[in-house]
Amino acid sequence: MSAITNPMDHGHDHGHEPGLHHQYEDMAQQSETYIVGMWSFLVSEVMFFGALFLIYTLYRWNYQLDFYIAHEHLDVKLGAINTTVLLFSSFTMVMAVQSAQLKNRINVMRYLAVTVLCACTFLVIKYFEYKSKFADHLYPGAGFADDAVKAFGNHALENGHVAVNMNHAQLFYGLYFGMTGLHAVHIIVGIGVIISLIRLWYNRANTVIHDYVPTEMVGLYWHFVDLVWIFLFPLFYLMPLPR
Amino acid sequence: MQFNNFPLSPPRASNFAQEYDAIFYALVALTVFFTLVVGVAVIFFAVRYKKGTRADRSRPMYENLFLELTWTIVPLVIGLVMFYFGTSLYVKMRTPPKNATEIFVIGKQWMWHVQHGNGVRENNTLHVPAGVPIKLTMISQDVLHAFYIPAFRVQEHVVPGRYTQLWFTPTEIGEYHLFCNMYCGTQHSEMGGKVVVMSPKDFASWLSEGGQSSAPLSMEQAGAKVYNKVGCANCHGAEDTLRAPSLYGIYNKRRTFADGTSLIADEEYLRSSILRPYDHITSGYGQTMPVYEGQVTEEDVLNLVAYIKVLGTSTAPPPTSNINRHSASAVASGTNESTSLATNAVQANTDDPDASPTRRTGSPAVGAVAAEGRNR
Amino acid sequence: MSSPAITKGELKNQPQNEEVNYLNVEHTISSWLLTGDHKRIAMLYLVSASFFFFLGSIAAGLIRFELTSPAGVVLESETYNKIFSAHGIIMIFQFLVPAIPAILGNFLLPLMIGARDLAFPRLNLASWYMFMVGGALILIGMIGGGVDTGWTFYTPYSSMYSNTQVTLVLVGIFISGFSSITTGINFVATIHKMRAPGMTWFRLPLFVWAMYSTSLLMILGTPVVAITLLLVVFERLFRLPIFSPELGGDPVLFQHLFWFYSHPAVYIMILPAFGIISELIANFSRKRIFGYHFVAFSSIAIAGLGFLVWGHHMFVSSQSMYESIVFSLISFLVAVPSAIKIFNWTTTMYKGNIRLQSPMIYAIGFLGIFTVGGLTGLFLGGTGTDVHLTATYFVVAHFHYVMVGGTLLGFLGGLHYWWPKMTGRLYNDGIAKVNAVIVFIGFNLTFFPQFILGWMGMPRRYHYYYFAPEFQAYHIMSTLGSSVLGFGLILPAFYLTMSLINGKKSGPNPWGAHGLEWETASPPPTSNFLEIPIVLDEVYDFDPVSEHEQDMKDLDKWESTTDHQSFPTEDHH
Repeated sequence: MSAITNPMDHGHDHGHEPGLHHQYEDMAQQSETYIVGMWSFLVSEVMFFGALFLIYTLYRWNYQLDFYIAHEHLDVKLGAINTTVLLFSSFTMVMAVQSAQLKNRINVMRYLAVTVLCACTFLVIKYFEYKSKFADHLYPGAGFADDAVKAFGNHALENGHVAVNMNHAQLFYGLYFGMTGLHAVHIIVGIGVIISLIRLWYNRANTVIHDYVPTEMVGLYWHFVDLVWIFLFPLFYLMPLPR
Repeated sequence: MQFNNFPLSPPRASNFAQEYDAIFYALVALTVFFTLVVGVAVIFFAVRYKKGTRADRSRPMYENLFLELTWTIVPLVIGLVMFYFGTSLYVKMRTPPKNATEIFVIGKQWMWHVQHGNGVRENNTLHVPAGVPIKLTMISQDVLHAFYIPAFRVQEHVVPGRYTQLWFTPTEIGEYHLFCNMYCGTQHSEMGGKVVVMSPKDFASWLSEGGQSSAPLSMEQAGAKVYNKVGCANCHGAEDTLRAPSLYGIYNKRRTFADGTSLIADEEYLRSSILRPYDHITSGYGQTMPVYEGQVTEEDVLNLVAYIKVLGTSTAPPPTSNINRHSASAVASGTNESTSLATNAVQANTDDPDASPTRRTGSPAVGAVAAEGRNR
Repeated sequence: MSSPAITKGELKNQPQNEEVNYLNVEHTISSWLLTGDHKRIAMLYLVSASFFFFLGSIAAGLIRFELTSPAGVVLESETYNKIFSAHGIIMIFQFLVPAIPAILGNFLLPLMIGARDLAFPRLNLASWYMFMVGGALILIGMIGGGVDTGWTFYTPYSSMYSNTQVTLVLVGIFISGFSSITTGINFVATIHKMRAPGMTWFRLPLFVWAMYSTSLLMILGTPVVAITLLLVVFERLFRLPIFSPELGGDPVLFQHLFWFYSHPAVYIMILPAFGIISELIANFSRKRIFGYHFVAFSSIAIAGLGFLVWGHHMFVSSQSMYESIVFSLISFLVAVPSAIKIFNWTTTMYKGNIRLQSPMIYAIGFLGIFTVGGLTGLFLGGTGTDVHLTATYFVVAHFHYVMVGGTLLGFLGGLHYWWPKMTGRLYNDGIAKVNAVIVFIGFNLTFFPQFILGWMGMPRRYHYYYFAPEFQAYHIMSTLGSSVLGFGLILPAFYLTMSLINGKKSGPNPWGAHGLEWETASPPPTSNFLEIPIVLDEVYDFDPVSEHEQDMKDLDKWESTTDHQSFPTEDHH
């Protein structure tokens, strides 16, 4: 193949550009590559959650009333608070990225810290939500049909049966814990990543000081996690009464 | 087609087989043709244009839109033609005629229960009449199975929790393979059997005789089998012995007991002597007969009584015989109860339809939920 | 800063007359296990994936042995069922999906585009660890009793009935899947952003196009099966009622989700092999691939359409007739790009200047076998014909034709072709050529009878076939063939390994091929190129006519000497 050597290529010395990894020619290439990689990763995450959303949609379409009755035991207030908290954390994350672009180290660390606080708040509220579900035996398992019946007591019919199909209610709660649980795992991982990012900024690491892209990548991840919750909240908590 | 040990095609025994085979062989011809085209071209080029040969390599071809479009469009068209034929066959396969006879199939690990409309049941075998469209409505008791009859070219999954269907019209009398064709556990490869295609006349008589390929047993015959099976014949022979009295000609004779009382040996007496022999011990004997209460069913008792009634007479079936003799009177009198009882006595079907061999342990609520599931 | 051509470690421990390359630059275990060098990671994958292939082959041998008799030979059904499941799981998840991308793709991609490494070297290493951890869990599951669900894990058998190591093995597959996803992310970023100056999309080698299409499939498809298998685990552990009817779930939903990945997965397995075949045919015909653009776009078309056909695995699953018809139509469409490739490759050989060395023998074998494999897919893509053939040995034959005759032959051809580049050694091409023919013959003897078996109605995953003993002759034929095939697959392990010990050293371009990877040393230095090249023309700019003239001159010279080497000297062009 026809190729000539590159007079611009310094071979093996890049003038010590800090934060530049060896496989890249310059920071622009590195930053763009990181962004492509991050978006590819987020696409894979969309497919990951997407399958669960598809399953949820199919089953809710088929069992609308049962899902509605089951969902009434979710705490909409706590869910709404969590939504606000997470949206606010996305705002602070945007501010952190902007501060990184402006190379304002102190602000970056401040905004990231608030983001972590919001995330922890989210998890704490989630903990209380889960706790109350467990107390009412509203989690999938061998005993669901018997134990959870009490929670649906006010839907009792005259003949002592409940109006909700226990299998479908169990399915609802299985999906609830599965999807919000998977989301919570992503929040926890996010907290870890943001804390690492704060440490890098604190230590003035080359990776973040000279290039805002790593911070932006974390921001992208965080917005994705927020976006998933924006879908989860209305789907699980804000169900309209089926006709 | 058979060439000794190398059969080359399955039998054609249904309304679909001919059309199916036409499409199949067309695809075979296509495959052979294009494989030859590619294979011959590749080998030809490899030889002719091998390094060092003096072939003409001038003006080599790197792009040729006409060629490219040709071998884009031609395969596309061929594909669409095959799609059309395949689809039209498939639509026929998925559209059972309204007048099809319905037969029900339950698949479970690891056998097939087939139930005909009039109640006749069979296991691992499907009897069908030739020339009549048959629709199978199927469901699984546990995991996925598939009902596959290669000779008919039909197959469909048998799914737990919902009914699935397949239909065909058998065209050739004979016996054909039936396979389970969806992996379902340890004995998946043993969950097979046969499909028996009969002429409509033979099928009708098969069906009305309770699904026996030979005639059903009379009660006396059934009783004879029980008599041997549970051991009566071991002690009660043609003559009185020290062990037990003979039962020949016992019916309706007076019987004297050890305590001096006596009874006429009617059906009631015969029944209680079988189930609780020590209520009335025949004089001259002790407590040697085993108690049969709980060991035999009421049907067995009815059949035993019928047999004992004719013991010692010329119409009694031989005590150790298993031969089914056509009992014209039983059929002609239309005594469905007796024939079905006889059928049940003969069919040693001890399979519990609710048992599932591989159900995972440790889920006690499963059975309850399963019951609810089936009732939905 | 970029790594210099000479690192610290290179200055000591090196024999003075040996060039420093990625293999000998450091010898410690940690330099291998903590490497970021894509070439070393490729070698790690080569050793580990070959190990898994070896295990999967043993399972295959046992299956074929057991099937020589209608009532089995030595195994119980439960064991047999576990062995065919192990064969499928190990071969698909631990060999066929990762092998070409993670071994050859990892090694060659940066070289082919003129980069110093992949976009994310540490992520690349993490990929390998995920592959190993997942594989280890799978093997622990196998040792701990195995699974008897088949590699398809259909519910409710896998989630509610099977008493085997389903959870452990599924978690292993889940983790191994992330290896696939991260490799895909790495490749996409690399191909988009790290091409050398002048390396435009249409100057890329077709292997790179193939890697790109494969990466799209890996990124988009793998997460779906990952979450699906995880849900099966949850159904087993927590009775989550998703796929089991007695809990209110839908077993057919599992099939939809499973095949949504697993059909694109088969394209993940074959597209890289297509890429290799393009390289082999072009370089061994000394000719630009005919219809480069069509071949490049056909890979993208296969990737796109490949996501829309999953339902053709479910024609008899009780899905609606209309669903089946739509999936069948698109299945016939997706066959067309593959046909285009076959015709284009064949036409490339026309007026070429063909060398029949072992990689080319593999490529030629591929053309024949893949044509049969692809065309037999039409039998299965048509709804009417599929009804009789699905889940029979016809399907088994079809997919082995495309996966073994396709992917494996492609892999072997590529392994032989790039072996001198990766190891710096030449192997004995005479033996390799004979071996390629043995593989071809053994393969066809093994799997062609299986088409007939399936047509006759022999179901797959059957341990016993005593209901139909008329099938025995074909099974025996197939088993005999598998012995030949097995021999042909073991032999390269020997002569390739021997080349490492006493093979001749290779120059940068022993084949006289075109491609940036041939313009650096064999084996390459850690940083791939001393200087990043600028690309001025497309990769396959051969000139067959002048080459032919040169060849005739060389032939006269060669014939006049007595020093006939088993391997060509560097061709000049």
